[in-house]
Amino acid sequence: MKAITGKIARPSVGRAVLRVLAVVALPTIGSAAFAQAPQTPTAPDTIEARVRACAPCHGEQGQGTDNDYFPRLAGKPAGYLKNQLVAFRDGRRRYAPMNYLLEYQNEAYLQKIAEYFSALRPPPTPPAVTDVSAAVLDRGKTLVIDGDQAHSVPACAGCHGPKLTGMVPGIPGLVGLRASYVSAQLGAFRYGTRTAAAPDCMQLVAASLTESDVTAVAAYLASQPMPTDPSPVPQGTLAMPFACGSEPH
Amino acid sequence: MRIDRLTSWLLFAALFLAGLGFPAVATAADDHALIVKGEYLAQAGDCIACHTNPGGKLFAGGRAMATPFGNIYSSNITPDPATGIGKWSVDDFYKTMHEGRFPDGGLIYPVMPYASYTKVTRADSDAIFAYLRSVPAVNQPDKPTDLQFPYDNRQLILGWRTLYFNEGEYQPDAAKSAEWNRGAYLVGGLGHCAMCHSPINSLGGTPESKAFQGGLIPMQNWYAPSLTSNKEAGLGEWSIDEIVGLLRNGVSHRGAVYGPMAEVTFNSLQYLSDADVRAMALYLKSLAEGSPPGPESSGVTTSESSLLMTLGQTVYQARCASCHGSDGRGMPPDYPPLAGNPSIQMESAVNPIRMVLNGGLPPGTAGNPEPYGMPPFAQTLSDDEIAAVVTYIRAAWGNRGAAVSAGQANELRKVPLD
Repeated sequence: MKAITGKIARPSVGRAVLRVLAVVALPTIGSAAFAQAPQTPTAPDTIEARVRACAPCHGEQGQGTDNDYFPRLAGKPAGYLKNQLVAFRDGRRRYAPMNYLLEYQNEAYLQKIAEYFSALRPPPTPPAVTDVSAAVLDRGKTLVIDGDQAHSVPACAGCHGPKLTGMVPGIPGLVGLRASYVSAQLGAFRYGTRTAAAPDCMQLVAASLTESDVTAVAAYLASQPMPTDPSPVPQGTLAMPFACGSEPH
Repeated sequence: MRIDRLTSWLLFAALFLAGLGFPAVATAADDHALIVKGEYLAQAGDCIACHTNPGGKLFAGGRAMATPFGNIYSSNITPDPATGIGKWSVDDFYKTMHEGRFPDGGLIYPVMPYASYTKVTRADSDAIFAYLRSVPAVNQPDKPTDLQFPYDNRQLILGWRTLYFNEGEYQPDAAKSAEWNRGAYLVGGLGHCAMCHSPINSLGGTPESKAFQGGLIPMQNWYAPSLTSNKEAGLGEWSIDEIVGLLRNGVSHRGAVYGPMAEVTFNSLQYLSDADVRAMALYLKSLAEGSPPGPESSGVTTSESSLLMTLGQTVYQARCASCHGSDGRGMPPDYPPLAGNPSIQMESAVNPIRMVLNGGLPPGTAGNPEPYGMPPFAQTLSDDEIAAVVTYIRAAWGNRGAAVSAGQANELRKVPLD
């Protein structure tokens, strides 16, 4: 009886072992077969991979490219970058290629993109070689550092910081940008193709600048080397000369 | 006596509550349910896309609808009595949806998709009206149309109606399932898919026989692919899950929505229930099932291949391969496959050229809130390079599209993006 039981028992144990082996082996065989067939790769689940669309114009690290009109994004305050993304999406800042790309994006995602570029610290943009005269550069320096009280032009440094690296959350750094970009933006503020939350202080500032002031400010800013630390100063550091809708007090 | 008095008081109280209180509560609940239903149906109809100006007040209208005949501005459909539909009755609203006429009998330009909305049931129309009555009233007068002579004469609409307007609610096909019929109702009615996905002739109409056969969307310069041909957007070979993913999330393993379709997913399809999107998918799949596959080989000739294909491959390897792969298989669903993607090989090369020029991000949806993007190349590639790379993706990996010229790329470069 025992022998018989044993004989019966052994094959059943064997079958169980086989079954276990099969369960273990099948997925292995399955995945091996899958690996042999060319497997379709998946995109990395990262914000870097998601925003690769920005790189051809703004650089792999948001450092900008050699196109004068596409700005450096890296290190600018996240609040500022988010305001711009939302303004492009809603058409308050007009630039058709950006308006088109952002038309159907949600605010939470735009916030994430802004934070990503804000945290990047690529190597500094080398200062531009300028072809304007020393007198023009000098005028630019005066406007940037001291402003022009007689013509109601406030100093850029008053809001954008002593090192012109901007202020958290909404004021952008003015370093590492090219003259063409800066003058195009001052023009856009003036003509209303770039608008911000009311009171739109930059619209007022741009309106008080002459054409030659714009050239001078843009040339001076572009000719300055970037500071070692391009981080914006903390919120509330600077006593701003007037209220600005983008910079809550 | 006391009992009688108490009883009569209780009876009175019960009657009072039954007569006033309870039914009032029940009506409010019914109204709420009707409004919720109406909101859902208004999303299915994508009313917001035309009746809300970007950055403007909800349903206040005023959005310019560019047509080959001039601009028509959408109407204020908020409950404002002076400038909106505040004085309309539920019958007036149904008349608009069903007959394409204003309450006074005036003819509505068919840019309002009543050729599709006529299929909407009375109950659904009433629910949408209840919802529209519940949104904040906005006092904003409608802008007059800005049409060229002779199209500014509304009587011309009569001719259009005679040729192309078939009034009537959707009639279910008894031979098909309830799900298929639901899909056909949504696609043909509120979804008004035929407005873009049917060819429009020079009279601004679509003959019934050409429904869903695809066409260039006037003014927008995007090609709305045929929904009946597997050579284009025909979904006959797609799985139901892939179609649902495309419609609702904006991305799928076969391709992503882009151009005007991104708007449809963003404002409309992402809000629809799984059951309704599945029903639409089932119906759309059936439209193209059995349609013949495309031609055997690419139309790109040998001499073209030596020039365009070589340059195209160089551009592709430098600019495209890191996401779409050297083998064109992409990284679906986030970087769409190009090999075997019908959207790239269609006879009209408008869409692939514009994708390369303008780039794009699929819409941010609940199912895909952080889409992966494609950069625009208008700023960095020349017309020759764009023609070459589009020719390459249309003919590589067994794709069967014809060659593209630099002139075509140049023409589409000038198309305004807004």
